[in-house]
Amino acid sequence: MPDTIDFNLNGQPVRVSAEAGRDLLWVLRTDLGLTGPKYGCGISQCGACTVLVDGRAIRSCSVPLKSVKGKSVVTIEGLAAEGRLHPVQEAFIAHDALQCGFCTSGMIMTACDFLRKHPKPTRDQVIAGMDDNLCRCGAHVRIVDAIMEAASAMAGRTPS
Amino acid sequence: MTLRSKQGPQGGPASGKWADADLPTRREFLRRFGTGLLVWVVLRDTAGAEESEAAHPVKVRPKPEGDFNAFLSIGEDGHVTCFTGKIEMGQGPVTSLPQMLAEELDVSMDDVSIVMGDTELCPFDQGTWGSMTTSVFGKVWRAAAAEARAVLMDLAAASLQVPVSQLTARDGVVTDSKDATRKVTYGQLTQGRRIERRVSVNSDLKAPGQFRVIGKPLLRRDSRDKVTGKAKYAGDMRLPGMLYASILRPPASGATLRSADTSAARKIDGVVVVEQPGLVAVLHELPDVAADALGKVKAEFEPSPSRLDDKTIYAHLQKAEVEPRISTQGGDISTGAARAVRRHDATYLGGYVAHAAMETHAALAHVEGGKATVWASTQNPFGAREEIANELGLPIPSVRVITPFVGGGFGGKSFNLQAVEAARLSKATGRPVQVMWTREEEFFNDTFRPASVINIKSGLDADGRIAFWDYEVRFAGDRASERLYDIPDHRTLAVGGFSGPPGIHPFQVGAWRAPGSSNNAFARESHVDQLASIAGIDPIEFRLRQLKDARMERVLKAAAEKWGWTPGKSPSRRGLGIACGADAGSYVAAIAEVGVEPKSGIITVKRVLWVQEMGLVINPAGAKIQMEGGITMGLGYALSEEMHFKDGVLRETNFDTYGLPRFSQVPRIETVILDAGDSPSYGGGEPAIILTGAVIANAVHDATGVRLLELPMSPDRVLAAIAAKA
Repeated sequence: MPDTIDFNLNGQPVRVSAEAGRDLLWVLRTDLGLTGPKYGCGISQCGACTVLVDGRAIRSCSVPLKSVKGKSVVTIEGLAAEGRLHPVQEAFIAHDALQCGFCTSGMIMTACDFLRKHPKPTRDQVIAGMDDNLCRCGAHVRIVDAIMEAASAMAGRTPS
Repeated sequence: MTLRSKQGPQGGPASGKWADADLPTRREFLRRFGTGLLVWVVLRDTAGAEESEAAHPVKVRPKPEGDFNAFLSIGEDGHVTCFTGKIEMGQGPVTSLPQMLAEELDVSMDDVSIVMGDTELCPFDQGTWGSMTTSVFGKVWRAAAAEARAVLMDLAAASLQVPVSQLTARDGVVTDSKDATRKVTYGQLTQGRRIERRVSVNSDLKAPGQFRVIGKPLLRRDSRDKVTGKAKYAGDMRLPGMLYASILRPPASGATLRSADTSAARKIDGVVVVEQPGLVAVLHELPDVAADALGKVKAEFEPSPSRLDDKTIYAHLQKAEVEPRISTQGGDISTGAARAVRRHDATYLGGYVAHAAMETHAALAHVEGGKATVWASTQNPFGAREEIANELGLPIPSVRVITPFVGGGFGGKSFNLQAVEAARLSKATGRPVQVMWTREEEFFNDTFRPASVINIKSGLDADGRIAFWDYEVRFAGDRASERLYDIPDHRTLAVGGFSGPPGIHPFQVGAWRAPGSSNNAFARESHVDQLASIAGIDPIEFRLRQLKDARMERVLKAAAEKWGWTPGKSPSRRGLGIACGADAGSYVAAIAEVGVEPKSGIITVKRVLWVQEMGLVINPAGAKIQMEGGITMGLGYALSEEMHFKDGVLRETNFDTYGLPRFSQVPRIETVILDAGDSPSYGGGEPAIILTGAVIANAVHDATGVRLLELPMSPDRVLAAIAAKA
């Protein structure tokens, strides 16, 4: 018997009828049709599947569906608000901080959580914060540049 | 993959919920254009030969079909749509190819849409590899645009009643240069007409002095789709009623299936099992359920016949009896050796390296009614089409391969096993089937960069110059093995080509970004560095004294100047290394600064300068990304990436053990592109990886006095080398 799990997905309430123990990544990609989170390794090593759960970066390949019950899940598809790209997305575009783009959604989601915790990061903090996300094309330097710029942009938008 | 420009018609294949929504045949597609200008361009014989001769091992080298290679159309609205069999895997043609068209056609980039890698809509292509998209294909591509422009100018001359020489074109508008109020748009010119041109490449391309778009740094055009999750890859494609397949793999390379008991898997609700020779798969409407069900299959295998491991492989390659091929030679080795006052011989080793693109191989196949449509992550859509047709017994035109965005290739997506598997399973089940390899399957099925051995015998004469050079490359091929230096008595032997005879390697091997070049550059530039050290001469000075190629000399000098190099005999304890080389027609020089932690053996790369001369650069922004990417990716083969194995069993099966470069390992990177005047374009994506190993090895020697002869320069090898010297 499938379980019924309610949670908020990209700002909308959803009810999913599925086995509660299934990995969140496959429920998102298959049952819910959100293919932005990618499969890269299946064992929390690469970060391509990263989504935000209550604002925290979570490796969706390694958490069960039931763990998001009653929580708020944001995937790359839901990051732009009212048609406006998130500052991290804007900065990735401005810095050409990607090549093949396969790691990109995980990079951006990880960066969002990182910037929530470190609104005024140093470059070394960004590097440490992103170190567990893998990119094969070698966009690393640009990704760090983009996150630094996004931090500035976000600081300007919400005066502290 | 279709990337529509901002002003182009919206909708189409990218916008549908299902993969096959609005999937026109070429005929339908052309009919839809109705009126307008269609230009087909035939690749010159020479350019075609250039492309097909490039050493690139693939299972199936697709046979050209049809007689044209580039194709573009201009609609009644003046919008340009161009079609190419090349694919976008991160390397940037999605931007640089439209940029070339915008230049030659005098239209805005915003008016150019591109369709890539669809065997139905796009002209035949050999495959996307060898850094040839710009250098070889670009000429044809630009010629198609130049031809279209010539047609439009003739039409405009008739329309405005003035000679062509009196016309200027810009942003799709042709203007009478003597009366700027008299103008006509490309759209108006093609309205109500259907003009088809089929031409051989013979067009006058613009000269660099006339460029307005080429050479301008442009941001990637696919970024917006990629930062919003809209960009679709093969594993993201969906069809109604589709099944996801999990495929049974042997525990070791070379192991063969003895028996499989699928009864437990068959009991799971909704599971479909396919058992065919060489293909046992468990399928389900949910991919994770299919994967779990595969775990219930009890299989027994005959063990691998291989008795090699990652230590014994080198002796095996060293003694393998394969007839050598003379790559280059001049003078006489024994004469040179007799002149030598100091001898220096060394052997350089490199292990198997994985491609490890972030996207694993994926394909969605729909085989129905004697036709197959397959969305595949591939660098070789036309090869995939042929492989699938052969496997299913279909005529080639009955198979359509569509390439969505590809999540990295690096040579690893030139074979198309996953697409063939998906097609077989779709045929067997009568439903659309997606295959998306797990990371473990990706490592298992990878066509690794081959392990190789390079033996160099050499000596210095009384003047401190290289007296002779006897170079033997075993199983890495001779790409980028040019000696570059003026050595009277020399010989370069290539044993076994790039991948060697069947059975020489315990795994499948294949092209890995600049096949063989990184191994050859590592060996040559390490060796030259040692000779410089023995001669007691600064390594740049030593090279400059003997370089025989003016382009190489210019690039090396530019690197020294940009870095602010102060001469010193190595080891200077500064941790500075230099290397130079040529690949895909381009010239590169790199300088690096490293630190070596003597207790742990960990090498820290602090700074890398990379100077590249690659002829005419279409998009300097894209070229710089490729250079940074190559340097960064190269850190892996230089420092941490290698496959360990024994008896066909791989130790590295995922990213927990296989060490890709990480953010914290990436140095400060400076890239410099040297202006090349009126020179044609050369390769960009591959040359930028060939020196990473060599320049770090030379910097490590400069820091420690220790010479590392084996890649990767992992901490255990560094410690062993330090201990051996002490």
